[in-house]
Amino acid sequence: MSQTAAQRFLQDAAEKSADLVHREIIRHRMESYDAAHLKGRTRIQDWEAAREKCQKIKREAIDHLDHYLLQFEEKIIARGGHVFWAANGEEACEYVGNLATQRGVRTVVKSKSMVTEEIHLSPALEKAGIKVWETDFGEFIVQLRNEAPYHIVTPAMHLNRGQIAALFREKLGQEIESDNPAYLMAAARRKLRQAFFAAEMGISGANFLVADAGVIAISTNEGNGRLCTSVPRIHVVVTGIEKVIPRLEDLAVLWPVLATSGTGQGITTYSTLIGGPRRPGEADGPEEFHVVLVDNGRSRLLADDEQREVLHCIRCGACLNICPVFRHVGGHTYGTTYPGPIGSVLTPHLNGIKEFKHLSYASSLCGACTSVCPVKIDLHHHLLQNRRNATEAGATKPSERLMFGAWRRAMLHPWIYAAGGWSMRKALRILYGLGLAGSILDPMRVWNRYRSPAPLPSKSFRARWRRDLGSN
Amino acid sequence: MPQKVSLFVPCFVDQLLPEVAVDTVKVLRRIGYTVEFPEDQTCCGQPAFNTGYWNEARPCAEHFVRVFKNAEVVVCPSGSCATMVRNFYPELLASSSLRGDAIGVAGRTFELSEFLVKVAAVYDVGASFPHRVTYHASCHGLRELHLREEPLQLLRAVRGLTLIEMARFDECCGFGGTFATKFADISAAMGNSKADSIGTTGAEFVTAIDPSCLMHMQGILGKRQAPARTIHLASILAQERP
Repeated sequence: MSQTAAQRFLQDAAEKSADLVHREIIRHRMESYDAAHLKGRTRIQDWEAAREKCQKIKREAIDHLDHYLLQFEEKIIARGGHVFWAANGEEACEYVGNLATQRGVRTVVKSKSMVTEEIHLSPALEKAGIKVWETDFGEFIVQLRNEAPYHIVTPAMHLNRGQIAALFREKLGQEIESDNPAYLMAAARRKLRQAFFAAEMGISGANFLVADAGVIAISTNEGNGRLCTSVPRIHVVVTGIEKVIPRLEDLAVLWPVLATSGTGQGITTYSTLIGGPRRPGEADGPEEFHVVLVDNGRSRLLADDEQREVLHCIRCGACLNICPVFRHVGGHTYGTTYPGPIGSVLTPHLNGIKEFKHLSYASSLCGACTSVCPVKIDLHHHLLQNRRNATEAGATKPSERLMFGAWRRAMLHPWIYAAGGWSMRKALRILYGLGLAGSILDPMRVWNRYRSPAPLPSKSFRARWRRDLGSN
Repeated sequence: MPQKVSLFVPCFVDQLLPEVAVDTVKVLRRIGYTVEFPEDQTCCGQPAFNTGYWNEARPCAEHFVRVFKNAEVVVCPSGSCATMVRNFYPELLASSSLRGDAIGVAGRTFELSEFLVKVAAVYDVGASFPHRVTYHASCHGLRELHLREEPLQLLRAVRGLTLIEMARFDECCGFGGTFATKFADISAAMGNSKADSIGTTGAEFVTAIDPSCLMHMQGILGKRQAPARTIHLASILAQERP
């Protein structure tokens, strides 16, 4: 029998959380991020007010999603662009695949886009015989390794420069003489320049879809995004419907807040607005411009008024960076496009609660994610709601259901609770006295595998209260 | 200002860590409060609630509200259990006939350090503890009840105590209730990272306002045979000056 997603997660989590080399790499990366992020926040006069403003903007957009998306579409079409509404990943892949085939596209260059990862666009294009180049440096690296991105903002953060140099030596067909970052980037650039000029199609994502101006907004740091969107004949934007925002002026706060939360930058190196294909008289830009608006489960979430705000996410990665679970198990362990807290909230909605409910449980509910989210999504609270939904859908184990049923009866009767507690302590004391702590007979063996046993006092507090503490 | 305090003793404190509650009583009495312990209390329902069993948690919460609804003020030596009552009862009991009482009890329930500093306005409880101590900010106290300074204010007033700041003092220790056994590998890895941070401080004791975090950390430290031990804030505050 093949492994379930939950079994795979447990196995990978056990392996990764015990991997001290991995832990140190991630710890080191996250500490640099923490420092940059904290410093970045001080550039914004009132960080809390900025978060509230962003939350308000995204709430307005999501609460009137139909209106703003249609407004966006109208403007794009008026400028000669095309808009395709994809109900799911297959429809989106089919549209892009057909377009590429019809236009005789043989090479595609991509700038970073998590939605294309979500819908598995690259494998679909490759199946049609099209060569796809990831041009974001991190994405380029993980593509060479045949891996999914480790992190939604920094896809190759789990690798050090030595590993990257070795990978390039093996895969690029160039002499790699140094693991100096600038040297490695130059090697990738040499390779990618050829791809940029060979490609007939460029695919990008979008950080925001600006409704009133009818433009897409892209934040990048490497310049590859501008090449992908301006050099090839055809530019295709693949993006989620939740990326829309009402007004151009909203970027005044969203851009710096996204950059600060993502990398600690005041603003990303390149902030690009694109509204359509090259117009008559213009020297640059693609001849064709297509926007693929992907739903893929988002409308279901939109219909859920308790959890709708999960669609406010701007994919900055701040919740991944601060999450102690992410820091210990790493991005790949999640086995999902979106790892970390936002992924644990979102994936059960997008890919099914039965198969992915375990992610909502794989959190200590520490709330660090919620405290940093720049659009103030109550992330850990949504994990609780996902858990409740899983229980109500009957997706939890029968033994657990029985256990909590019995627990409830005990807790409603103080004497059963007290007698139960007394017997448990007594039984464990005897068991541990026989040296059986951690053995198969020990009901606390999972706890005791990594910890010394909890204390087992002979008297509970209530017994002591009754005996000698009760009088003030 | 209330003169009588109703003690809410979390179930696992009652059963496994009674000293924490005994010390809470000592501290409250020393600063002049009358303490009562309603003996019909059991569990606040958090284990079921956090595991998704809201239908099982709800009657427990209702039981709790019935037991405490006439209490002037409820004090609990756990940030997490106080959070359950304060922040989650109003939601869990939103359509219960006890909703009004639940909101009332929620507003009158305090974590111990929160009660001492914010309600009783006492910083110095007359304690002495001549040891090197580091402080772990338990998540629910910090992020749900927003208690950042209160426990530290109390610790700074303890005679003889040397407070040493720990790196990432506000990162989760990895306990997380049923998370500790459902995902034991991750929980233990987080606990070991925390134990590393504790070890680096050279402190003799690590303290916190949540006994559940401390029980987990003690287990991890014990397994490693680390020299540092855990101690609840109440147990430091209960050490009287000679």
